[in-house]
Amino acid sequence: MSALLEVRGISKSFRGLRAVGNASFEIPEGDINGLIGPNGAGKTTIFNMIAGVYAPDAGEIVFQGRRIEGLRPDRVCAAGIGRTFQIVKPFAGLSVLDNVVVGALLRERSTAQARRLSDALLEKLGLAAKRDLPAASLTLPDRKRLEVARALATRPRLLLLDEVMAGLRPTECDQMVEIFREINRADGTTILLIEHVMRAVMALARHIGVLHHGEVIARGTPEQVVRNPAVLECYLGEEAEV
Amino acid sequence: MSRRAILLAVLGAILVALPAFANPYVLSVAILILFFAYTGQAWNVLMGFTGQLSLGHALYVGLAAYASAGLYFHYGLGPWAGVWLALAVCIAGAAIIGFLAFRFGISGVYFALLTIAFAEFTRIGFDHLRGLGGPGGLFIHVSNRETWDLLNLRGPPAMFYYVILFLAAAALAFSTWLLRSRAGYYWQAIRENEEAAQALGINTFRWKMLAIVTSASMTSLAGVFYAFYYNNLFPEQTFNISRSIEIILGPVIGGVGTLFGPVLGALVLTVLSDSITNALAAFGWEFPGVKQVLYGVALLAVVMFLPNGIWPPIARRLKL
Repeated sequence: MSALLEVRGISKSFRGLRAVGNASFEIPEGDINGLIGPNGAGKTTIFNMIAGVYAPDAGEIVFQGRRIEGLRPDRVCAAGIGRTFQIVKPFAGLSVLDNVVVGALLRERSTAQARRLSDALLEKLGLAAKRDLPAASLTLPDRKRLEVARALATRPRLLLLDEVMAGLRPTECDQMVEIFREINRADGTTILLIEHVMRAVMALARHIGVLHHGEVIARGTPEQVVRNPAVLECYLGEEAEV
Repeated sequence: MSRRAILLAVLGAILVALPAFANPYVLSVAILILFFAYTGQAWNVLMGFTGQLSLGHALYVGLAAYASAGLYFHYGLGPWAGVWLALAVCIAGAAIIGFLAFRFGISGVYFALLTIAFAEFTRIGFDHLRGLGGPGGLFIHVSNRETWDLLNLRGPPAMFYYVILFLAAAALAFSTWLLRSRAGYYWQAIRENEEAAQALGINTFRWKMLAIVTSASMTSLAGVFYAFYYNNLFPEQTFNISRSIEIILGPVIGGVGTLFGPVLGALVLTVLSDSITNALAAFGWEFPGVKQVLYGVALLAVVMFLPNGIWPPIARRLKL
């Protein structure tokens, strides 16, 4: 598998406080990758640099052989990277369907085609029954599903998921894991997920990177990562004792 | 036919037939209502659809009015020519404001302030434009009140009524179409959450520019109408912020972002303010500013009790 996304030594500081320092990793085409780490480790910052929210201070981000660091978020999305937001951002006043149509219009010529694609995605995410409700009326788990449907509507090659499992019950979490497996299998969509919920990451990710104080301290399969002493010390160790 | 279509057809029939039985006073009020329904619809594209609050739409009315009236005054070219100049001037003005605001991330209250500032300094600028009358005003010669001359917008009140009725109906249809188009989806997405809109691949700068230019272009036609209906223009009146406020009151009270709200809001406000002024006059009382007080009270009541405007609950009741 060749790398779909390559992150080479990116750094980012906010007012002198280093959030990410010299982080590197690559994501093979068609893979499901997890990025884990304690609070404040720099996960969301890395995510936002890939998605174009801010440019890295140093380093390169290469997507499909093309450098994308510093591009605006809409360009990054058009290049084929879809994202969800950790703090969900639905278009509250629009219907559930119209939320997804906005995303689908990126690649669909007509609104009619965009609506067809959106209906199919709502079906896949289990939101079909709520398609005409305003997005503001959705519960948190449904809003997370809507985030995913909207990002998928842009037909991404790479899907960035920012803590979509947080706040879900274990059964809901398992459903989501199934949905992502299906998306990955059916469309070959590569997935990078940031997650606190270890249950989901371990079940889903084939490769995991561990971030600590803005640096990648370990990489490998879930089995390798959980046995890595450095990881146990900084992150899993605390949890394992509970 | 849907209930909505039936209602629109009935309303359309009444409006088309109105000049046949309305006296000159009622006709003049109807023209005013339709004028504000039209400008409200135009403003609604920017604020209601895209979420960018303009408090300076009098700028576009004024620029268009002066552009077309000036062309007529100096070169004898009627509104058939003036409308193109008016469009060009308004698009240029909107593009400058839009570029400054959207390129440099000015939004919310600051965007509103920017629009006020442009309208205000344009007002002051026109006070010093001797060629267009300056503070003393620009007057257009009224040569014909009998026969219909649509190309030059000279004719009886009934002609002006049909012109503004056509514009208002066209604006309603255009807005309906816009809202269901790609632009409508993108504008609403930007209104609801700009960051999320951008993450879905929307070039928010470009689509906000389109919104302000579309809104200004629509408003420019109202400006041309204004110039040739009233035949006199004063910077102090035309560009005054109270004009901008009048434009936005209709949609705010009717329902921001709705298609029929601007029409209903214009109707309610104009009828209310005119009937109260008349009622007071009948008792021999005359309060300057009673209209503004009424606007204030109406706005307060709507904001407190019907923050989404009066149209949405009515639409629900009528099952539209």
